[in-house]
Parts: sequence; structure tokens; C-alpha cells
Amino acid sequence: MTAYIIRRLMQSAAVVLAMSVIVFLGLHVVGDPVYLLIDPQADQAEIERTIRRLGLDQPIWIQYFHFIKGALTGDLGTSFVHGTSALKLIVERMPATLEIAIAATLMSIFIGIPLGLYAGLKPNGFISKSIMATSILGFSLPTFWVGIMMIMVFAVMLGWLPSTGRGPTATFLGITSSLFTIDGLRHVAMPALNLALLKISLVIRLTRAGTREAIHQDYIKFARAKGVSMGRIVGVHLLKNIMIPVVTVLGLEFGNLIAFSVVTETIFAWPGMGKLLIDSIQTLDRPVIVAYLIIIVLLFVIINLVVDILYSVLDPRVRIGEKAT
Amino acid sequence: MSVTDAGPVAAPVRQPAVQTPFARFVADFTESRLATFAFILLVVTMLLALIAPWIVPQNPYDLAQVDIMDSRLKPGTPASSGKYTHWLGTDGAGRDLVSAMLYGLRISLLVGVLSGLIAMAVGAAIGLIAAYVGGRTESLIMRIVDLQLSFPAILVALMLIAILGKGVDKIIIALVTVQWAYYARTVRGSALVESRKEYVEAARCLGLSNGRILFRHILPNCLPPLIVVVTVQTAHAISLEATLSFLGVGLPQTEPSLGLLISNGFQYMLSGDYWISFFPGLVLLATIVVINLVGDQLRDVLNPRLSK
Repeated sequence: MTAYIIRRLMQSAAVVLAMSVIVFLGLHVVGDPVYLLIDPQADQAEIERTIRRLGLDQPIWIQYFHFIKGALTGDLGTSFVHGTSALKLIVERMPATLEIAIAATLMSIFIGIPLGLYAGLKPNGFISKSIMATSILGFSLPTFWVGIMMIMVFAVMLGWLPSTGRGPTATFLGITSSLFTIDGLRHVAMPALNLALLKISLVIRLTRAGTREAIHQDYIKFARAKGVSMGRIVGVHLLKNIMIPVVTVLGLEFGNLIAFSVVTETIFAWPGMGKLLIDSIQTLDRPVIVAYLIIIVLLFVIINLVVDILYSVLDPRVRIGEKAT
Repeated sequence: MSVTDAGPVAAPVRQPAVQTPFARFVADFTESRLATFAFILLVVTMLLALIAPWIVPQNPYDLAQVDIMDSRLKPGTPASSGKYTHWLGTDGAGRDLVSAMLYGLRISLLVGVLSGLIAMAVGAAIGLIAAYVGGRTESLIMRIVDLQLSFPAILVALMLIAILGKGVDKIIIALVTVQWAYYARTVRGSALVESRKEYVEAARCLGLSNGRILFRHILPNCLPPLIVVVTVQTAHAISLEATLSFLGVGLPQTEPSLGLLISNGFQYMLSGDYWISFFPGLVLLATIVVINLVGDQLRDVLNPRLSK
């Protein structure tokens, strides 16, 4: 077990390192940020001073070496545009992104599971068929278009919800979040739902498939024969068994949610990490792009690692320590 | 088919029609009315995109034909020149929306189909080689595939765009890089199954070259699952390109796809001018759904386990 974890850790570190090289080298090929950032009127001396200040005059491997040295001490470079630490910029915006990602995960659980259960228990009903048809739409609709339509309907036409931005925050149990204020929740509703649509569809399908499979199992039949009420069978016996894949997938998909928040945040002008990435790509703010990508790769690697380890702990059938094929 | 007795029967009993594999395929496919309808719609969409320059009332990117005074006209308003009516209104720059949408559809389809096909060629070749060569090469290739597929497509695409910059060619490179892994995995899977079959052994006994066995014997037998992946991935590519363009990191303003039209219209959405985003979005949506419906039916038809 320990050997397995150590090996997985080393693999993960290698992935992060490889990604950092690819990203760093890749970004060096693009246009020179110096000319984007310096006033075109500036004279040669001024340009050179800026190049030296940003460290862009040194050979690329030295720049990369400085970058790695900094990264290990938590310094991922200084933003060209904002003039502050790239890591700090991202960390500052992380709570906003985590907020909609968590809200979206909760939505997919509390909307997806009941609908999936219903569709699994009554597979031939009209409502079930509508649920499944809608979930297909959830898969094929482009997220950004749905977001725009949501703004059009709920903000412009009906005027129920604010169209953009994040609401006021409040601190509760040491966590500062806009989820704790009424206005904050009103702001979070649309972006979170937009982000959750794909996951809701996924959870509906998983839950339905799990229910359809489990309902014919002996333990359900036995519980029925014993006279257990239908509510208890579904709520306790069935749900417990179908939750394992659902929770696993949701865990794995959490990283996906954060990646996809790039789109949602742009539509709803949500001040999170994703919006920062898009702005940085447009201004060629290299350190921020690199820092964002490193952090997201790290996040993915950690999520995958945790899920792998948890899985092997929870399910003894997953033989660990064996050579992966 | 076998010709049975050609006896002296006066009125010939109707023979079972000769069914070529293609005819059977068509018959199976048209079994679903929805899929047939989707296929017809897809063909119409592609034709419209192809002949767009000859059927639209104006070239939306010829400044001489666009009047800025016509900007943000409601659907159904006649153009100021009086020659035609803007049936779906105009956008912020005064371009006729029908024309702009058909031009956008051209670019969206071009990018989607082209990147789908290139990714298929690259991915299939790599997958085939992996399956055939085996050993370390195979496990290295599959490791890369697994690694790439563990990251969401949009993230990989964004990273590449950040590295490569904007432009049609750059977008296609990004989409191909995002998608080749799906093809490689699919082809490797079926090639592994195929390469253990007897006809491959027979071909090898005949002394055929590796290349010939791979591309003339194994590849054709891997095609059915590949075709399904192509349709699904093309729809994905179109959707992904639209998303990137919407984010402003995809195609440049000079080559507006549907995603860019939606993005341009978004700024007018809050003042109630819904049509600039709404109609291009509908076209995008219809295209994606139609391709997916065709793909679904193809999967059912081409799946040997489901065949009767």
C-alpha cells in the first residue's frame, strides 16, 4: 500500500514537472509580451530596462530554472499586467471559483439523484422519458449558449435574478463566502446552474442505470418480501448501493467543473480564476497563464490520486500495487 | 447470394433482392425516422453552408455592402437600400444576420469537419501502430493517451491556444491535439481484437508486408467504431470551437464562426436585442444535435452485437 502510494506520488510529480516544461517552453514561442506592455513611444533604453526587469533577456533555460526555483518556494512569477504575484492573484480568486463549483456539485446531487431515481423506478412513464430526453439535451447543448439564454430569460425578460457579478460576502465559521448572504445566493444561482447542467445530466444517467440494475437484485427482493416499506427500500437499501459510482464520478468531475468554470465565469462576469485565465490569454500575461495551468494540473493530479487511493481502500477488488497494464 | 432453381415457372416468384452491405446499411439506418430526418437536415445544412455565398442577400464582410446605419434592426425590417428584408434582423455592425449566420456556419463546419478528419487520420495511425507493434511503444503511447484524456478537452485546448495564438490553422491544430487520443484509443481497441483473427495470420503467412496488413486488412475492419467516433467528435469539435470563439480566444474577428456571432451579440443581450445571439445559437445547436442523432443511429447500426 505504501509502495503504491509512493509510486503514484512520484508519477504525479513527474506529470506536473512535464506539464510545467511544456507550458513554459510553449509560451515562449508566442509573441513577445514586451511589445504589448511597453508604451510604443518608449525609447530603446526604456524597453531594455523593462526586459531586464521582467527577466526576459536571459536564456530560456535560466528563465525556466528561476521559475522552478520560485515555484518550489511558492513564487510562480509576477504578473506583467497587474505587477503582483501571479500565485496571489490566482489564490485571491480561487474562493469565487470554488463557490460556484461547490454550488454546482450540490445542485447535481440534489437535482440529479431524485430525477435519476424516479426515471429508474418508473422507466416507461412519460415523466421519465422527458427527464431522459432533457438529459440528452444537457449533454449536447453548448454551455455558453445555455448561459446566455438563462440571462435572457431570468435576468432580462423576467428580471428575477441579477445577470452578472458576485454578490456580497459574509463570514461564517471562518469561511468568507457569498453563499452565506441572500443576495449572494441570488447571484450564485444562475452561474452554478449553468455549470451544473452537464453534471446533472450525468448524475441522472448514472443514478437511473444504477437503479435499474439494483432493483432486480436479491437484496431488494428480500427486503420487499420482508415487508420493508418502499420508501425505506429506496432510501436506504437502494440509495446506499448506487451512491458509490455517483460519488466517485462527482469527485473526479470536480476538477472538470473548475476547468469549465472558465466558460461560465466569462458569461456571468464572475470574478474567479477562469475569467482571470481568459483575460491573461488575451493580454499574453505569461506568468499568470503558467501559474494557472500549473495549479490546475496540480489540482487534477491530486484529485486523481485521492480518488485512486480512496477507491482502493473502499473497494478491495481493485488490486493495488500490481503492475498497471 | 445464391441463385436457386431457374425452373420453368411462368410467373417468377419474387426473389429476395440482392442486398449489398451498403444497401443493408441504408435499410438499417432509415429504420429510425428521427435519424433519417436528422441526416436529411445535416445534408441540407452542409449544402446551405457550401453554397452560402451564392444565396445570401449580402456578403456580410464586404464593407461596401454593409450599412452601419442598419445596425441592430429587428427581425423582418427591410434594409435601408430597399433591396431585401433582414428576416432575422441585423447585428451590431449592420450585417444581415441570415447572411452572417450562413457564412459563420461555413467556418464552423469547415473547422469541425477538417479537425475531425485530421484527428482521425493521426489518431487512427497511432492507434494502429500501438496495437501492432505492442511492447514498450504501445504502453508509452497509451500512457500519453490516458494522461491527455484525464484532462478536460477545454483545458487542453485553452492551453494550446495560449501557446499558439489565434487563427483558423491554430484552432484546427488545437482541436486535433485534443481529439486524436479518442481515435487512437478506439482504433487500438478494435485493432487488438482484429490482429488476433485468422485472416491476419493468413495474410502474414502469405508474406504480406506489415504496412499492407495494417492498412489494407486490419484498418478496414476497425472502421465501424471509428465512423461513430468521427461523428460524435466532429460535433464536439464544432461545439468546442464555438466555445473558444465565444471566449474570444478562438477564431479572429475577420473569420467569424457561429460562436463569434453569438459572442458579438451577447453585449446587446442585456438591452433586449436578443436575436443577434439567439439565432446563431439555434443554428449551432441544431447542427450539433443533428450530428449527434446521426451518430447515435450509426452506433446502433454498425454495432455487430445489435445486428439481427
